[in-house]
Amino acid sequence: MAGLTLASPSVERRTYSPWRETWRRYRRHRLAVVSAFLLLALIAAVVFGPFVWRVSINDIDFTSRLEGPSLAHPFGTDDLGQDILARMIYGGRISLAVGLAAMAVAVLVGTLIGALAGMSRGALGHALMWLTDLFLSLPQLPLLLLLIYLFRDGLKAVFGPEGGIFILIVLVIGGLRWMPVARLVRAQFLSLREKEFVEAARALGASPLRQVVRHILPNAVGPVIIAGTIDVAAAIIAESTLSFLGLGFPPDTPTWGRLLFDAKDYLDIAAHWAMFPGGAIFIAVVAINFIGDGLRDALDARRVI
Amino acid sequence: MLDTELRTMINEVKDGRMDRRAFVQRMLAFGLTAPMATQILAVGGVAMAQSPAPYKPTKRGGGGPLKLLWWQGATLLNPHFATGTKDQDGSRLFYEPLASWDADGNLCPILAAEIPSIQNGGLAADGKSVTWKLKPGVKWHDGKPFTADDVVFNWEYARDPATAALTIGVYQDITVEKIDDLTVRVLFKNPTPFWADAFVAVVGCILPKHLFAEYKGAKSREAPNNLKPVGTGPYKFVEFKPGDLVRGEINPDYHMPNRPYFDTIEIKGGGDAVSAARAVIQTGEYDYAWNMQVEDEVLLRLEKGGKGKTVYSTGGDIEFIALNFTDPNTEIDGERSSIKTKHPLLSDPAVRKALALLVDRDGIQKHIYGRAGRTTANFLNGPEQFVSKNTKWEFSVEKAVQVLEEAGWKAGADGIREKDGKKLKLLYQTSINGPRQKTQAIVKQACRKAGIDIELKSVVASVFFSSDVANPDTYSKFYADIEMFQIPMTQPDPAQHMRRFHSRFVATKENKWQGRNFPRWVNQEFDAAIDAAEAETDPVKRAALYIKANDIMWQDTVTIAVQHRLKVGAAVNSLRPVLSGWTNDTDNIQDWYREA
Amino acid sequence: MRQYILRRLLIAVPSLLGISLVLFTVLALAPGDPFAELVTNPNVPPEVAAALRTKFGLDDPVYVRYLRWLAAMAQGDWGFSFVSRMNVDTLILQRLPTTLYVIGSAQILALLIAIPVGVFAATRPYSIFDQIANTLAFIGFSLPTFFTGLLFILVFSITLDWLPFVYTTDIKATGFRWVIEQVRQAIMPVMVLGLFQAASMTRFVRSAMLDVIRLDYVTTARAKGLGQARVIVKHAMRNAMIPVVTLVALQMPAVFGGAIVTEQIFRIPGIGSLLISSILSNDTPVVMAVTFVFACLVVLFNLIADVLYGWLDPRISFR
Repeated sequence: MAGLTLASPSVERRTYSPWRETWRRYRRHRLAVVSAFLLLALIAAVVFGPFVWRVSINDIDFTSRLEGPSLAHPFGTDDLGQDILARMIYGGRISLAVGLAAMAVAVLVGTLIGALAGMSRGALGHALMWLTDLFLSLPQLPLLLLLIYLFRDGLKAVFGPEGGIFILIVLVIGGLRWMPVARLVRAQFLSLREKEFVEAARALGASPLRQVVRHILPNAVGPVIIAGTIDVAAAIIAESTLSFLGLGFPPDTPTWGRLLFDAKDYLDIAAHWAMFPGGAIFIAVVAINFIGDGLRDALDARRVI
Repeated sequence: MLDTELRTMINEVKDGRMDRRAFVQRMLAFGLTAPMATQILAVGGVAMAQSPAPYKPTKRGGGGPLKLLWWQGATLLNPHFATGTKDQDGSRLFYEPLASWDADGNLCPILAAEIPSIQNGGLAADGKSVTWKLKPGVKWHDGKPFTADDVVFNWEYARDPATAALTIGVYQDITVEKIDDLTVRVLFKNPTPFWADAFVAVVGCILPKHLFAEYKGAKSREAPNNLKPVGTGPYKFVEFKPGDLVRGEINPDYHMPNRPYFDTIEIKGGGDAVSAARAVIQTGEYDYAWNMQVEDEVLLRLEKGGKGKTVYSTGGDIEFIALNFTDPNTEIDGERSSIKTKHPLLSDPAVRKALALLVDRDGIQKHIYGRAGRTTANFLNGPEQFVSKNTKWEFSVEKAVQVLEEAGWKAGADGIREKDGKKLKLLYQTSINGPRQKTQAIVKQACRKAGIDIELKSVVASVFFSSDVANPDTYSKFYADIEMFQIPMTQPDPAQHMRRFHSRFVATKENKWQGRNFPRWVNQEFDAAIDAAEAETDPVKRAALYIKANDIMWQDTVTIAVQHRLKVGAAVNSLRPVLSGWTNDTDNIQDWYREA
Repeated sequence: MRQYILRRLLIAVPSLLGISLVLFTVLALAPGDPFAELVTNPNVPPEVAAALRTKFGLDDPVYVRYLRWLAAMAQGDWGFSFVSRMNVDTLILQRLPTTLYVIGSAQILALLIAIPVGVFAATRPYSIFDQIANTLAFIGFSLPTFFTGLLFILVFSITLDWLPFVYTTDIKATGFRWVIEQVRQAIMPVMVLGLFQAASMTRFVRSAMLDVIRLDYVTTARAKGLGQARVIVKHAMRNAMIPVVTLVALQMPAVFGGAIVTEQIFRIPGIGSLLISSILSNDTPVVMAVTFVFACLVVLFNLIADVLYGWLDPRISFR
């Protein structure tokens, strides 16, 4: 099984820097490239949107309630006559930021703990798995209520009402979603650390850190990327649950998840209300997933492209 | 007002010169209606009408199953332990009180042979005792006879603190004695104008002494029949799964003729209100669903399907915004919102008046509560003879601006008004609930137009209504400037409802925030009116005192009434439920039937 | 191996004790009140709720309450629900069969979809089949179950009128009809939950397969002339199973713990709906019992997963 070491067809390509090589490989994945642009476009839309679409997010107008898309309201209105497009733009900032940041927290913490647990053969490994089991068994709702109760006012005082809540939400969502990542990474590590190429590196005197970073991690990255991309969707949805518990942003702050939640009872009266936030979450998720696929293929050194 | 006239009329009814119904009609004309008109007659010495609801079935049973859908299922079936409506509703299928409230607010006899009145000697002239005659021949589901001993036992059971009954408040200050096997007397310490509390409706459900006698006090939780009710009700117990299902079957020995109509009954629990409405109105899978807290828009849409409709009953439930009279941001002796402080903004009557002008009650009614709400200026909205006609409300941003300008609140650079360096910024909290968040948005927008900046906050209901002392987010701690929720009226009498704003009930750290006067409003005139009303046995004077108390609250803008809320249920078209805004939905379950 | 399992089981005891301590502390400190509904009822004096709190020991220090719980637990006493005033084990056992049936079926459905679809998609990356499978998976996990559940109800119950949407534990029919009804009412919840999980699982299986399918030994096996199916099942899949086993082990405790949102939508009287209503009413004994059993299952399935890793890849050694 000597072939398990990196199979590289052409030596001269090694002269590229690894980043350029990754980028070259990434570019070959058409959907991934398109998705990257799509995601950038979404981000640009929510960042610059308010300068173009200057309708207030919470102007109540009882005369135009539950209206379908029109020129005045391209995405229609909700049951208080508020403009859904403006709310989508505003909410997109929060939803995308929360989704991406929470995913980053989950992936980083999960990978770190999983890698440590996977490499350690002693008490540390057991302790980290215990921690993972503990977090998996904690009932989230009481924990959330407790966290709001303990930290809301403190964070609000330090980071201001919006910033404090944002940090809290990202930490809470990320902090409650890293466990599957940790378990997946650990499982991969347990298997990979015994493989010949790692043994070879070890025999050559590679430090554990080098073994991990250069040899094991790149081969364990597949499930991590998938978990990360799924977490983005989960975090956007989880945010809506949080605001429903009073942990999220103030109740009049629209986010994609919350718009979808509010719209659900009107699904047979005003389908557009649910369609736009649902569609936006879907597009973001698809884009992030294809970017993930592209990254995975690009990072997979064995694959010849 | 019509003191002498009223007395003349009462005498006319007594002597048979005037028809009962004509009396109620006349009262209507005076703006005094059914529920308390009958109460007035009762205190005036005229017996209450007997069960006015027409009941058509001519034989017992044969009605098939009755399927009820409660979006919160009953979690226990002992009426004395019921923590909420859902539990009371479930146990009421099997247990019965001496009397229940009908739709018009009349008492109708269930286990009582008749409703006590001055005429039949049931009510003492001094208002200090009530004598109930029990219906003879009533049997418990296990065949044992129902007697006065059972009634007396329930009083002993509930008043024992070790039993930990939630009905203790009803029974602890009275004395109940057995006169003979079918007669009991309830004695009050003070003259009690509203005597129909103990043994009436859901809090009055009676447990069988022979099954619970051993389990009074500390052993109460071990009673096997806590989970297997044996009552006198129209349905016999079959099965109970907490939070999910209560099932019963017809009681062939039921003590009322031709009742019940249905052969089996079930209450399914769980889910949410909208899908419950769908299961009744849209698909007809269930016959009746309870507490439809759903936007009227959605209900109207569902009703177009034609299988069912919503049904409304009027009580006195009030959705309102309370204003904090103390300062939530200053801590004195480890206590925020301390009675020793004054609210920096809301202590100015002009700000309170302006806020009241900024609540678009009409818009909220039209677009959120719909048929389930009525606009009102009053905190006290029923029964009719207690409702003030002296108050009014208005929604006008211009007037609010004018009031604020006159009081010296001038708009700052950011559009927010200020005076003496204090900005008009308010924190507005409520519990999490769809209609409440929408109301918040509507109020916030109007306030912004008038130069008041509102920050919204919402708290999970189980935390907001908690009595946990350590918790900062409860309504009674009131660490906000204004807050909104609903207070239900559980009986057709305002005493309990109005008493809470008496200054002796101010919520403080000392009483662990259990005081019910959470706006921390102190007004001697109001206190005096309440004290006088509680000792007043003359119904007309008593009503006048409560109206006065309500008007003082209105003048001082202690609370801003958002909506007078109706109870909403959903029923399939064929069902004839008997409901009342003054009691639980199942309180007259024996009279429900189906018509083709 | 046996020694390893034994040692892990021994370690599990103190680690579960630790978990129980943390769980209990979180629950005890979390804000809320079992008697919240009493508070606005003008007919119940506030002292009543306060007296009840004292009676149920809610005002005692947390460590006293924990020790009391632990002592009772050691004697097999699961506690007594504040809200239902009955024993917690009865409450849980009443709901266990429904949970196992509905959530278990959903998990099986998820596996039955995810493994073949994921494997097949990985053998032909970026083919039409792969693209469709991926798109459906994206839709699957970007739509929350509260939304898909409602969509299913609107389509299958209200528009088409094929399926009931209120789950009942009390089906009147007997024999074959009973089985049919039982299946009919479970279809929607099982689909909603199963598809949601299948969506993410498919992505994991596909990715895991892609990781191994290009490895040299698989190519070697192919070169030896082994049939495609045989190569995939015997050689590739076994190695790709490690992440899948991890995920399944992560999901299994949920078969006991239930699915809160789905149970709520379809009114399934499962453990999930018991848990959420108990949490909202701060019924600590019930929440504690459910979460503690859940924690035991988490630890147990973690151990099972570790044992399976060793079987799937004999080079993984545990000492």
